[in-house]
Amino acid sequence: MADFSTDAARALAGPVWLSDRRAYAAAEFASMPPPDATDEEWRYSAIQEFDLSEFALLSDVRGAEATPSGMGDNVLGDAGAVIRTANGRISSIEVDDELAAAGVYVGPLAASGQGSAQLGAVSADATDYFTVLNDAFAVEPLLIHVPAGVVLRKPIVVTHHLSGNRGAAFPRLVVHVGADAQAEVLDYHTSAQGSLLACPVTELDVASAGRLSYLNVQQLGTETWQFSSHLARAERDASLTASTAAFGGGYARTRSDVRLVGRGANCDLLALYFGDGNQGLDFRTYQDHVAPDTTSNLLYKGVVSDAARSIYTGLIRVRPEARGTNAFQTNRNLKLGDKAWVESVPNLEIENNDVRCSHASAVGPVDTEQQFYLESRGVRSSEAERLIVAGFLEEVLESLPVAAVRETLRHQIDAKLSQHVEHVEHVELDELVENTELGGG
Amino acid sequence: MSTLVIEGLRARVGGQDILKGVDLSMASGEVHAVMGPNGSGKSTLAYVLAGHPNFEVLGGSVRLDDLELLDLPAWERAQAGLFLAMQYPTEVPGVALRDLLRVSVSTSNDASEIEAAMRQEAKRIGFGEKFLERSLNVDLSGGEMKRNETLQLGVLRPRFAIIDEIDSGLDFDALRMVSARVEAATKEHNMGALVITHYSRVFEQLKPDTVHVFYGGRIQQTGGADLAQELEDTGYRRWSNENG
Repeated sequence: MADFSTDAARALAGPVWLSDRRAYAAAEFASMPPPDATDEEWRYSAIQEFDLSEFALLSDVRGAEATPSGMGDNVLGDAGAVIRTANGRISSIEVDDELAAAGVYVGPLAASGQGSAQLGAVSADATDYFTVLNDAFAVEPLLIHVPAGVVLRKPIVVTHHLSGNRGAAFPRLVVHVGADAQAEVLDYHTSAQGSLLACPVTELDVASAGRLSYLNVQQLGTETWQFSSHLARAERDASLTASTAAFGGGYARTRSDVRLVGRGANCDLLALYFGDGNQGLDFRTYQDHVAPDTTSNLLYKGVVSDAARSIYTGLIRVRPEARGTNAFQTNRNLKLGDKAWVESVPNLEIENNDVRCSHASAVGPVDTEQQFYLESRGVRSSEAERLIVAGFLEEVLESLPVAAVRETLRHQIDAKLSQHVEHVEHVELDELVENTELGGG
Repeated sequence: MSTLVIEGLRARVGGQDILKGVDLSMASGEVHAVMGPNGSGKSTLAYVLAGHPNFEVLGGSVRLDDLELLDLPAWERAQAGLFLAMQYPTEVPGVALRDLLRVSVSTSNDASEIEAAMRQEAKRIGFGEKFLERSLNVDLSGGEMKRNETLQLGVLRPRFAIIDEIDSGLDFDALRMVSARVEAATKEHNMGALVITHYSRVFEQLKPDTVHVFYGGRIQQTGGADLAQELEDTGYRRWSNENG
């Protein structure tokens, strides 16, 4: 069924440079061994259950919804530009006149004059099996370019939706923020139910003193496989927020790499996630301090219930030249129920002595004292748990960029919690019935 | 008119017996003081009454009118009309007082009524309205925490409140305001107050009808308000000798 060959890559529409690039990547891909669960970076993952040959490149946009369900109308209303894609192809682009007049580009990368220079500028140093696959099969890469000195007040919103059984899509987004420019980008991914494969790659490139706030929301269907990469580079004095809110997917892996290549660059890495049912949510982060006096601050907070699994592994690397680095890494997890499973592995690799680094991770159930505090004010147990879990995630939520989407995210958290509470109450009821039967016998 | 009757209450925590047969009986509108030295188990009594799951009840009963509280989880005890104002209230990040009170009061109450009650109570005890939005007890001073507890008491209007060491961490003005508010609740809605303390200064505003001396896991002596003064003068040595 699958045809991820060099010929298939070359056959995709686009300018010659893009076809050549795709063919080159496809050839490279063909020579790469597939990832294996025995590789350290794939440890704990579900990769051994994944079979690429079950999927075929989606080519049809008919029937694909242009706007993902669940996103509040206020998000689009508040946006300076909106690009929608369906099954990897652009279905609509709207850009405020104000943005266009300022020279901001929001659209297909291949149609912009500078596309060939910007595609891969960040990812070239961070390739893996799935980014190379994306290089080969990204049907319509997107570019957001904010020229030097331009400050955007309204967020740019990109939505991706996938549908169609056994289909695969390779969304590609390049965000380039020029020197001393400022932008906020929401990248929102959804998919229909049914077996699907999403391999998005996002490149975030922030020039000197530029400021970029990026939020990726993942609300995929629960049978979708996701292998997502957010790859970022920050130049001198640049400021970047790279954030993720993950709720969907069957097995959804998100790799977030940030390279601080210019002196004084800083980055906040934020994530909140909530897995339930049989979901697996897998996060791999890399804070790479290349230049001196750089700062990175990571806070990932997640919740798993039912038989869901979450994995966090992260590495802080401080290169020999990166004196004066400040690098922090915190991962906290709440485990609701005995069947949920969490792995959290923070790592440091420090090659300079003049640094301040710390890492922390925690995995545990809802705190008994917090639960008792709320219950002692008359809050029923299930409701107390709900408040505590939502409050736990709120710390990240209220720090996320694109404030207009926070209400949407709160609703998604609430929906997950409602399911959990209903599930728990059913179990309690079943136990009660069982006990009653036993008692009666 | 309600009664709270504790009989033969025994409990342990961490394998150690702390409550060794507590008997205490009180009625609506009354203020009872439980006085004892540090480590005598006073706070354990508060937690066991409120239903903390880490304490193992070994025997006895606690009845609010006809209802046996020991059979109920903490939240049902609270809904039955019991309130615990904690000595060290727990931090609950991301949950504001407003979020809590909206679900702790019976759902038939509408949000605007609760909102009005919160604002009114905040004003009565000199508690800034900004605290209604802040995470519960996170980055609050000792005095702010006690005001926070007192505000909840004012909004929830319990039938009986256990007030655990309300005087710790409070400056004089704050103590006066908070204890006056508790005293007012005993008059305005006939709340019974079980005031746990080891200092008598809280009694300047909150006058006890009955004083119990708590030592060695049980009540050793019960008397009137003058017993508090006697304790202030002589301390707990007498009972320590009897138990030693």
